Amino acid sequence: MNLHEYQAKHLLKQYGIPVPLGEVARNVEDAVQAARRVGGDRWVVKAQVHAGGRGKAGGVKIVNNEAELIAAVKGLLGTRLVTYQTDAHGQPVNQVLIEQPSDIARELYVSAVIDRASQRVVLMASTEGGMDIEQVAKTSPEKILTVTVNPTLGLLPYQCRQLFFGLKLAPQQMQTFTDILMNLYQLFVERDLSLIEINPLVVTKSGVLICLDGKINIDDNALYRQPELREMHDASQEDQRETTAQRWNLNYIALDGDIGCMVNGAGLAMATMDLIKLNGGRPANFLDVGGGATEERVREAFKIIISDQNVKGIFVNIFGGIVRCDLIADGIISAVAEVGVQVPVVVRLEGNRADLGAKKLADSGLNIVALQGFADAAKKIVALTSQAPKIPSPSQGEG
Amino acid sequence: MSILIDANTKVICQGFTGKQGTFHSEQAIAYGTKMVGGVTPGKGGETHLGLPVFNSVREAVEKTQADASVIYVPAAYCKDSIIEAVEAGVKLIVCITEGIPVQDMLIVKNFINGTRSRLIGPNCPGIITPGACKIGIMPGPIHQPGRVGIVSRSGTLTYEAVSQTTALGLGQSTCVGIGGDPIPGMSFTDVLGLFQQDPQTKAIIMVGEIGGSAEEEAAAFIKKHVTKPVVSYIAGVTAPPGKRMGHAGAIIAGGKGTAAEKFAALKAAGVHTVNSPAEIGAAVAAALSRNNLDI
Repeated sequence: MNLHEYQAKHLLKQYGIPVPLGEVARNVEDAVQAARRVGGDRWVVKAQVHAGGRGKAGGVKIVNNEAELIAAVKGLLGTRLVTYQTDAHGQPVNQVLIEQPSDIARELYVSAVIDRASQRVVLMASTEGGMDIEQVAKTSPEKILTVTVNPTLGLLPYQCRQLFFGLKLAPQQMQTFTDILMNLYQLFVERDLSLIEINPLVVTKSGVLICLDGKINIDDNALYRQPELREMHDASQEDQRETTAQRWNLNYIALDGDIGCMVNGAGLAMATMDLIKLNGGRPANFLDVGGGATEERVREAFKIIISDQNVKGIFVNIFGGIVRCDLIADGIISAVAEVGVQVPVVVRLEGNRADLGAKKLADSGLNIVALQGFADAAKKIVALTSQAPKIPSPSQGEG
Repeated sequence: MSILIDANTKVICQGFTGKQGTFHSEQAIAYGTKMVGGVTPGKGGETHLGLPVFNSVREAVEKTQADASVIYVPAAYCKDSIIEAVEAGVKLIVCITEGIPVQDMLIVKNFINGTRSRLIGPNCPGIITPGACKIGIMPGPIHQPGRVGIVSRSGTLTYEAVSQTTALGLGQSTCVGIGGDPIPGMSFTDVLGLFQQDPQTKAIIMVGEIGGSAEEEAAAFIKKHVTKPVVSYIAGVTAPPGKRMGHAGAIIAGGKGTAAEKFAALKAAGVHTVNSPAEIGAAVAAALSRNNLDI
């Protein structure tokens, strides 16, 4: 789960890590009040979206008076911000952060992440803050300093100092920097983060260390034990279909093709998408219907898939291990009939009573083709979908 | 011979009297697995499915001499259950549960390294030596005793590989599902080493997916230490970056962990890679006959 910048800064503050004075606002009136409470006569107005690259996309504005503030806020709230990290539709801006500007002398980079290779939490720091860290990793990897944390010991001050001396900060900043990193690690562990990135960690002209931006990802598997963080979930930043799917314990991710997919098992679902592509087709989505493909969930899965206007055909690929394929077939038949699926559906059932399931589908009288071979089925759905009439859908062409 | 489990392996079930524990223990017993009991704290002394229930893993191991434990316990309690099993000296721990917080597994893994216990999973279908021992949720009937070792991060995609090798009459020596989480117990490398040493395994199928670097590490290991033919398929060529594709471990992050990179690393290590999941069985059959190993 992602957090907004203002939420990340709220957590940083909770853990004693310095952030600029700032407040979030959802409308112009609140923004004006927030600016007055923050004080001063210049502010930074920052669009709150779950995406990086806001600055270059016009999502961050420095304003010099209340009139400019109002104009900037009006220009952002209610719009969709498109950055290099979003798709063409961008993300909706429902909130802005009104912040006190900082006098930047240096921009550093600090982050903590779970490193899968070492199976440890790793802290990274770099003098190359304010930049795309992936570029730095590519062109000058030696500029990224890392320390690996032993989970039994936790992060130790000497490790923070190791990073500190590599960043060539002033000696009087050593304790503050150490405190920041120690607190960052504590936040990381206590709140079940999978990533925290401070880019940039700024050194102001008066030598103060302050987090100008904060990006936090929380381990989805740990949300059950992080009630405060659960409350911070912002569904507006996600594809609505993905959010709906979650409610039914379906795993759905929208893509941009025209062949809808319904599969049981994440690996098999990815493999199904890949096989469609190999046959010249384009998957419209990833959908893992998971164990227990009940009629109800199959029905909801069909609904979500066809809510995508681009879908011209559907490929259902179910490997019945414990679950019986004839029962799955029953579920598919009633779902297709009830939901009113108009596009061709190819179903491939394998495993437990697959033959019986295929027969039921063939006898259903619906526009369902039942095939047993994985490769044959993929070829078939690609062929059927490409034959479908290309009626321009109303949703195409919207910004 | 097979690896890790055989007809003699004695298995206990943690979460024995729960819904999943009960159902899959029934299936295991029907398959012929040597289930010897189970653990549900508070129900010690009872009998379930004709087998003894114990209050702790330690007591279960003492009374049954169990070699392995399978865990069907909710995610929030798995760290505790796995560590309890390690402390009780269980040699092979198979954790089926999905949804365990990654930091829990970080702690578990740190603890288990250097002990005599091995962990398979979590978020996995389990391990099966066909005809001998089934520990997990995989469908027994599609398997066939044979000579292909299978190691995979997936569930149903693994069953595809199993189905194909069964249909071709090759069968499987042992199938190990290492699971879809970012910090698993045994890795591809761990299992490949065992397959290399197992006389019954003549060829190996490795099913990977996007996210992390386990396949690249396996490629390096294969190049140095594996002489048997290895066939590999990597799922997720079409997956977009930054999205979690079902499994917690299936995320392309920072440009790393793409299927393309994994295919390339494996090819460079001499692995027979297949682009289509429907071709896995055929590729293994071809590799075996190339090596004149189809006797």
